Amino acid sequence: MRVEFLSRSADETRAIGRQLAPALRVGDVLFLHGDLGAGKTTFAQGIAAGLGIVGPVQSPTFTLVNEYDGPVRLYHLDLYRLSGADDIAGLGYEEYLEPSDGITVVEWPERAGSMLPETYLLVTLVAGAGIRHRLIFDPVGDDEAASRWNRALTSDCKG
Amino acid sequence: MLILGIETSCDETAAAVVVAGQRVRSNVVASQIARHQAYGGVVPELAARSHITAILPVVQAALDEAGIGRREIDAVAVTTGPGLAGSLLVGVNAAKAIAYGLDKPLVGVNHLEAHIYANWLSQPNEPPPPPPPFPLVCLLVSGGHSELILMTGHGHYRHLGRTLDDAAGEAFDKGARLLGLGYPGGPAVEAAAAGGDPGRFELPRAWLGDTYDFSFSGLKTALLRAVAPYRLSDASPDPATANGPAGPFREHTPPRLAAETPVGDLAAGFQTAIVEPLVVKTVRAAGAFGARAVLLAGGVAANRALRDTLAARLQEELGEGVAFRSPPFAYCTDNAAMIAGTAYWALRRGTQIGWEADVHPRWPLVVTPG
Repeated sequence: MRVEFLSRSADETRAIGRQLAPALRVGDVLFLHGDLGAGKTTFAQGIAAGLGIVGPVQSPTFTLVNEYDGPVRLYHLDLYRLSGADDIAGLGYEEYLEPSDGITVVEWPERAGSMLPETYLLVTLVAGAGIRHRLIFDPVGDDEAASRWNRALTSDCKG
Repeated sequence: MLILGIETSCDETAAAVVVAGQRVRSNVVASQIARHQAYGGVVPELAARSHITAILPVVQAALDEAGIGRREIDAVAVTTGPGLAGSLLVGVNAAKAIAYGLDKPLVGVNHLEAHIYANWLSQPNEPPPPPPPFPLVCLLVSGGHSELILMTGHGHYRHLGRTLDDAAGEAFDKGARLLGLGYPGGPAVEAAAAGGDPGRFELPRAWLGDTYDFSFSGLKTALLRAVAPYRLSDASPDPATANGPAGPFREHTPPRLAAETPVGDLAAGFQTAIVEPLVVKTVRAAGAFGARAVLLAGGVAANRALRDTLAARLQEELGEGVAFRSPPFAYCTDNAAMIAGTAYWALRRGTQIGWEADVHPRWPLVVTPG
């Protein structure tokens, strides 16, 4: 089931990430799909804060992978600068798609083409006209995971 | 003392030979070899990112250019962090093998510290510059970093501030893409901004109170909105229904802009909005901590607007007493000369690592009161 949000600010985008975070479990994979300035890193900051990770969550565009240790480990990937199968393999991308000890969040997942795990949450972010951004959540695969994510996203308690 | 330096923390495979922390005998970067085809294609373009293929030819090239044999090296230095674990390991393992084979000391170098020490290196074919006086404040700005660091002596650092989201160099690259300019974004934005009116588009600066931190993510979104009226509609389908060759993802193509787009004014406004917080916070830190020198480091140090504005503002507010320095461009971007240079000062303090040493992907500059 698709869930859609409208966000009017970076703080609202972060709040949506914080709302989803408690429903995430070790092994979960999220794809953040959207153009420059759509709010991908901002949303990832909300996830990190919701997972109890302290300290700044910086864009991984140049570092490719940032790891955060908190109550749950977070792997924050950005494939923006990569092109081609060699780059993707060089990063060890496949292992991040089945994280055995944490949660993986990937920005610019389309750079890896159709390399996908069986179950994942696709988050499409669209910078709209004016100041509104759309966040569209599409769970793919396992039903248990999908309903777990959807329950968190559709619950009323925000923040 | 001749030190061989090795750097593989991110994209570049690099090796260099530096004498006594200052005089650069050679400085080899794999991607540049590939670009210049100087070595008959020993390092293919495709492998520019593949450290394993590049590391041995690059080390050999550094020794050849320095005109020395392996046995003349006095120590081996290598970046042990921060960076990508897999990339760091290639350099560290190569450095261990070389040092072990030659029975020479091995020095592990922090990549951020090395960027600062690029300011100690000599220009090619010139005598070494006088060492910067302490205490000093260094603004390290590159694709992956935006850090403000106080250095009170060799090996003594205090991390004053950092970016909370995008790095300054990353902001330049992404702004260039939004403006339909080329890559790398820094030079492209700088060229487009020449002659532009920086005041025509009001783009936000994130001051973040009294902190020495930076934030450029909001600026990127603001530029996106400023450009929006000039964007030609692209024919891509709604992201929610797309399902093309990229799996469930829509392809994002670079924006197409109308011919009358004021790219120069937008670029000038964008560049100023990046430079201003960097300059204001660096000058404020220099004043607050009584710095005797201010250093630039990292790839964005090549930006003329940043260099000129910082130099002018320092003189206006703090007078002639504060020296301003910026490394030669070849030592601004990732390189191994800065690694070999840093190791000299570390060795003088007796700092070296053992054969069991590991990589430190998230190694911060250690806070040492000094």
